[in-house]
Amino acid sequence: MRINCKQASRLISDALDRPLSKSEYLRLRIHLFLCGNCNEFSRQLQLMQQTARKAGRGE
Amino acid sequence: MMTPELIEAERPYLLRYALAQLRDRQAADEVVQETLLAALESRSSFAGKSSPRTWLTSILRFKLIDAVRRQSREVPLEPFEDTLDEADVDALFDASGHWQHAIRAWSGPEQELVAKQFWEVFERCSQVMPRRTAMAFVMREVIGMEIADICKNLGITATNCSVLLYRARMSLRECLEIRWLGGGAA
Repeated sequence: MRINCKQASRLISDALDRPLSKSEYLRLRIHLFLCGNCNEFSRQLQLMQQTARKAGRGE
Repeated sequence: MMTPELIEAERPYLLRYALAQLRDRQAADEVVQETLLAALESRSSFAGKSSPRTWLTSILRFKLIDAVRRQSREVPLEPFEDTLDEADVDALFDASGHWQHAIRAWSGPEQELVAKQFWEVFERCSQVMPRRTAMAFVMREVIGMEIADICKNLGITATNCSVLLYRARMSLRECLEIRWLGGGAA
């Protein structure tokens, strides 16, 4: 089953907090292959997390 | 050498950090005072391997985790249902679940800008988040706590916790895009 961007964005966020199930992981990976917007969204969430963590360490 | 002056000079930074987490001026002040005192008392143990700010921040983090635990017992949060309104997230997608607007890549200078002004960005952007949502974000993304501990502190399930984090990230990303990076739909 294919997922849309809204569902993908939720999985991208969840993946920062917990390991995805196999089916979630596969659906997301396939979606990311096809969707530039979600790819960029994923990069931005990771960047926000790294930035926040650095600030959190006082760096 | 770690002088009292160097420690005191970091007070504004520490206060900003504590305020973003606790959203309560008095509680934030208290945690910062405790941190400054602990730092003054133990300053001879400062090894000089990190910057004063990094050292002080590491003390503040422990105090903050305690303060969050206290606060979640003492200060009632908004009902959890209030944080579940998904209208703001829904507005970012069309009826078929695709992004309403293309996601623009952030350039290097833009990333640096956000990093340099993180606390300012977060202070402004978190104003529109429900308190519990902003707290979940700081505990996870800033302090780096595990999901299980965050759930316990906020008295919610892991699933609800991930909903809050999702909404916080969406909201912060949107705010960054519009207010700081001058893009997006605004």
